Amino acid sequence: MTSQEVRLCGLLLREHFGEVVEKVGTNLLRGGGQNLRSIIQETGVSLDLVKKSLCVLMQHGTCIFSPGRKGRGSPTEYHISCDLILKILRYPRYIYTAKTLYGDTGELIIEELLQRGHVTMSNIVKVVADRLTQTMEEGRSMDYKEVSSAFSKLVETHFLQRCPPMASAATKDNPATTEAPISTELLAPESFPDCYKVPQVTLVGRGKRQLEDPEDQSVAKKARMESVALGDEGIYWQVNFDRFHLHFRDQAIISAVANKLDQTSSEIVRTMLRMSEVTTSPTAAYTKPLSANEIFRSLPATYNIPRQVLDQYLSLLVDDPMEFVGKAGESGGGMYVVNLHRTLTNLARATLESVVQERFGSRSARIFRLLLKKKHLEQKQVEDFAMIPAKEAKDMLYTLLSQNLVQLQEIPKTPDFAPSRTFYLYTVNQLSTARMLLQNCYKTVANLIHRRLFETSNSKRLLEKSQRIEAILASLQAGGAEPEQLTEVEEMITAPEKQQLESLRLHINKLDSAENQVDETIFLLESYIHATATSSS
Amino acid sequence: MAGKGRGVAAFTFNIDALGIGRGSMPEARVGPDPLFPPTDFKPVPLKVGEDEDYMLALKQEMRGTMQRMPHNIKFKTNKADVEKYTQRYLKKNEVHDDEWTPGPKKKRVKISSKDTEDVLTKLNELEKKDDNDKSDEEQPKTKGNEEDEEEIEEEEYEEEQVEDNDYIDNYFDNGEDFAAGSDDNMDVLSWPSESKDIQGNSKLSILI
Repeated sequence: MTSQEVRLCGLLLREHFGEVVEKVGTNLLRGGGQNLRSIIQETGVSLDLVKKSLCVLMQHGTCIFSPGRKGRGSPTEYHISCDLILKILRYPRYIYTAKTLYGDTGELIIEELLQRGHVTMSNIVKVVADRLTQTMEEGRSMDYKEVSSAFSKLVETHFLQRCPPMASAATKDNPATTEAPISTELLAPESFPDCYKVPQVTLVGRGKRQLEDPEDQSVAKKARMESVALGDEGIYWQVNFDRFHLHFRDQAIISAVANKLDQTSSEIVRTMLRMSEVTTSPTAAYTKPLSANEIFRSLPATYNIPRQVLDQYLSLLVDDPMEFVGKAGESGGGMYVVNLHRTLTNLARATLESVVQERFGSRSARIFRLLLKKKHLEQKQVEDFAMIPAKEAKDMLYTLLSQNLVQLQEIPKTPDFAPSRTFYLYTVNQLSTARMLLQNCYKTVANLIHRRLFETSNSKRLLEKSQRIEAILASLQAGGAEPEQLTEVEEMITAPEKQQLESLRLHINKLDSAENQVDETIFLLESYIHATATSSS
Repeated sequence: MAGKGRGVAAFTFNIDALGIGRGSMPEARVGPDPLFPPTDFKPVPLKVGEDEDYMLALKQEMRGTMQRMPHNIKFKTNKADVEKYTQRYLKKNEVHDDEWTPGPKKKRVKISSKDTEDVLTKLNELEKKDDNDKSDEEQPKTKGNEEDEEEIEEEEYEEEQVEDNDYIDNYFDNGEDFAAGSDDNMDVLSWPSESKDIQGNSKLSILI
């Protein structure tokens, strides 16, 4: 948990959960595991507000509790991890992916789940059905069955998973339980066999609108009081972020192939990935080998390319320096694998190169690429290979060195590191440079959020005024008013104020959009670091 | 020590190995990096498209919804308490000091009716005169006021001298001849003159 991560998490907590949760959360992030009394002392927040914020954090899966470190009888400690908080940046991407895969119903299910943390299936189905009914025309409503089927599809493809049950029945916010909870840490949800089992829920009904007749509402109230147990009490569902990340990774690989080669090759790679979705574990470096025959059979019907052309495409993919696809054998017309980790490494390397190019120019980028390729080079060799005059090459190298993108490696000729008898080689360490750039990305997003809050607070008065006028307009229109009244109300905002509002909206949109797009880089670098760390360990 | 003989700016190693010459040393740093350093290259513009617009809308909607949900906890700002405190604070600061609070208007010294009549008659006479310049009218008015004040003060002053005190009046030079020109300034304390304060008591009487 670096300081940049903590700062970004604090801002995200403030925006989404309020200032109290921000205070408690940053305290836990900075101080590690703490018990309730020390949290209250350090933050100065009252007891029940601290309890509430810990509940909120636990509801969203960020906070876990564990028995105290000093043995039995010591108060429970609360730990918080910044991973789930940083994923808040990616929520729009998750919702949009669900929309492309499962339509509006899937989108709403994922959105409601992300907002609420852990929810039961019946609850979600009701809420989503109500929301969909509101957007439909009068007289039509959404059936619970459709929503349930969308929910089951999401569970089948592992986008949703059950929350692991607590071993003890202790309430989550009561630290003074007489017996400490048995589970010492939050077990991985996948270690439970029923992780992806949809419970048998008897959900019959349709979505309700909010503005229905009062008679219907009283009927609905009676129905609610009668229905006691819907069959899934205590089974909470959460979004499976790792599955979404696998999907994003596949998307990144496919789009990289499409950019580098062409549409057909990307379709071939997409087919290969789809076939190996269920057989490949999330941390695998390669997909299971697929024979060319199988690939040929599974290609989508729209792409009827002859067998020979497919073989040519596959050999092209294998020979590509980006190493998207590798050949693992000759049986079945050639066994092919998708090199997942190697592709991630190459994508991260491309990101680093583009960062250097955009910050320092294309000649510095040439030097950087050279060092990445040749690993270690002396000053003189850099000048020769890059074909850049000595003085400029020196200058660029030292700029890169001062920005820590390039490192100096000393190789002594003698046991005493005498400078006259030591080789000084320039090198680039891709993993540590990627980590450094990831921290820069976190800092960037924190700065963007900070600037957005600053802009909003500057024009607070104006925003409030425009909100009030919109509310007045809405109420007038609902009540049926003449157009003159509406224009009169609209003219309460003067023209320069309108301009100011417009430019403010533009700025805030730009800052928000920038946050979304920096998050794409963050995802790529995080996946690369994670993949390299797991493969090397 | 070895470098001192040949020249102070000698390096301990062969500088050519690093590929830099003595003249191309970078400038010494004079402080921390600037907070907003000037950039040579402008950043790449943001991606624009349908997907990005949709995700932007999703993000802003989500932020709004999350802020309205019950799990968004804010600190309780007790506005009522704040006002009570300031009111209490203001009340505390009110000092009931008779000396310094401006008293009611009845304590003002009354001008005797005889003097007002004199002034009014003078004004009437001046009004009847043929005067073009208004400032001429004003000057005699102000002078008339001053003379009245001096008469009052001199009356008080003469009353004082009748008082018995141990000090011989003629022993000390009370500076009357010195400041004979300006009789208005009776407040100027010039030791060793006998000076009077506002109520007419001799200041030296305090010493007794």
